[in-house]
Amino acid sequence: MGLTPGPEAGVTQAGASMSPSWITTKLDFLVNWARANSLWPMPFGTACCAIEFMATAASRFDIARFGAERLAYSPRQSDVLLCAGRLPFKLAPVIRRIYDQMTQPKWVISMGACASSGGIFDNYAMVQGIDTVVPVDVYVPGCPPRPEGLLYGILLLQKKVRGETVIDHSLRQERPLDDTSLRLPPAVVDELSEPFGNSIHQTRSA
Amino acid sequence: MNPSVEALRRQFGPTVGRALVSCGDTIVYVAAARVREVLRWLKETPGQQYNYLVDVTAVEYRDAERPIEVVYELFSLERRAQLRVKAELAKDALEIDSVVPLWNGANWLEREVFDMFGITFHGHPDLRRILMWETYAEGHPLRKDFPLRGRFSRAEQVRQALGVNPEAHYSMDELNIADAYHELPEDMRERLARGERGRVKGSESERGRE
Repeated sequence: MGLTPGPEAGVTQAGASMSPSWITTKLDFLVNWARANSLWPMPFGTACCAIEFMATAASRFDIARFGAERLAYSPRQSDVLLCAGRLPFKLAPVIRRIYDQMTQPKWVISMGACASSGGIFDNYAMVQGIDTVVPVDVYVPGCPPRPEGLLYGILLLQKKVRGETVIDHSLRQERPLDDTSLRLPPAVVDELSEPFGNSIHQTRSA
Repeated sequence: MNPSVEALRRQFGPTVGRALVSCGDTIVYVAAARVREVLRWLKETPGQQYNYLVDVTAVEYRDAERPIEVVYELFSLERRAQLRVKAELAKDALEIDSVVPLWNGANWLEREVFDMFGITFHGHPDLRRILMWETYAEGHPLRKDFPLRGRFSRAEQVRQALGVNPEAHYSMDELNIADAYHELPEDMRERLARGERGRVKGSESERGRE
């Protein structure tokens, strides 16, 4: 439990002799504790990563141990968009719409190589990393990542949430797509989409 | 060699080109201009009865001189016989008759060939892209002159993809079975009619209402 009394937790309880009917704590700590331990994921499963996600959610690995047991299949009742699998260009407006429908506070986990970078699908049909479409908080590498990997990603996201502050409104600011209908400048999108590793180098016409 | 090839030669003469056997499958080339006529004959003639159109696809070869082939994979459910019919199209005239009048199932197959190769099917009721979105402007991805990563920059590709209305992919009309209601078999119509009322005669919910 995050509310264990003690100075390191930022919680002060009334004296031991008194009835524990009130506590003092920091607002940020309390809000972040509540948010981090009840992340409701919205699975956006498009490929084999979704199979690993199902294993993560099932009893053996049990995502519920980390407060994420309530999988939301409606974007309006979710906190974490969990993109598990490759994202074709045809689904780009769909995931953007889903992200826009989610209520604040919201975070995004990009699960697997394809969602994070396009993976082996460096072709005409595939988004080269969902960060060109929606902002991403945690990238989970792997092809596909094992359930332990996804759980570690969720733990990292919890750590990130605990570091936030309610004073900083910019964290919760909605940034709709600008006039170019891109969330990043075109040069940045091109740079993010560049192949890396030992990908083939093919010339591009026009 | 499938005996249907000889029957085709007797019926259509020079319209039928070369024929060969590959991996046990018979392949026969026919003139593109008469492909619908040939396929109708193969489907409806007693003794042929190729009543199942397994697939329609196309092939472009690396040799730029070779024509593009449209491939019809036929199967006769009665006779358990297979026949692959190919029609060659010159690259400057990618047009062929649609076989949707023969097989309704050719509808989406021909749309896919149109989407991926840019082959026009005359007489198709709804020739639109099916895999790529309808405003896709980079060409036909399975053509040999199409670069693997597409023609536009990644930023332009993302911009165009995000500009697409996600509601516009499938209209409710396309997904609605109501249009085909009168073409459905009697028992299926009955089940659908019951489903519309939300209960089945004699079921628990029906008895609960009484």
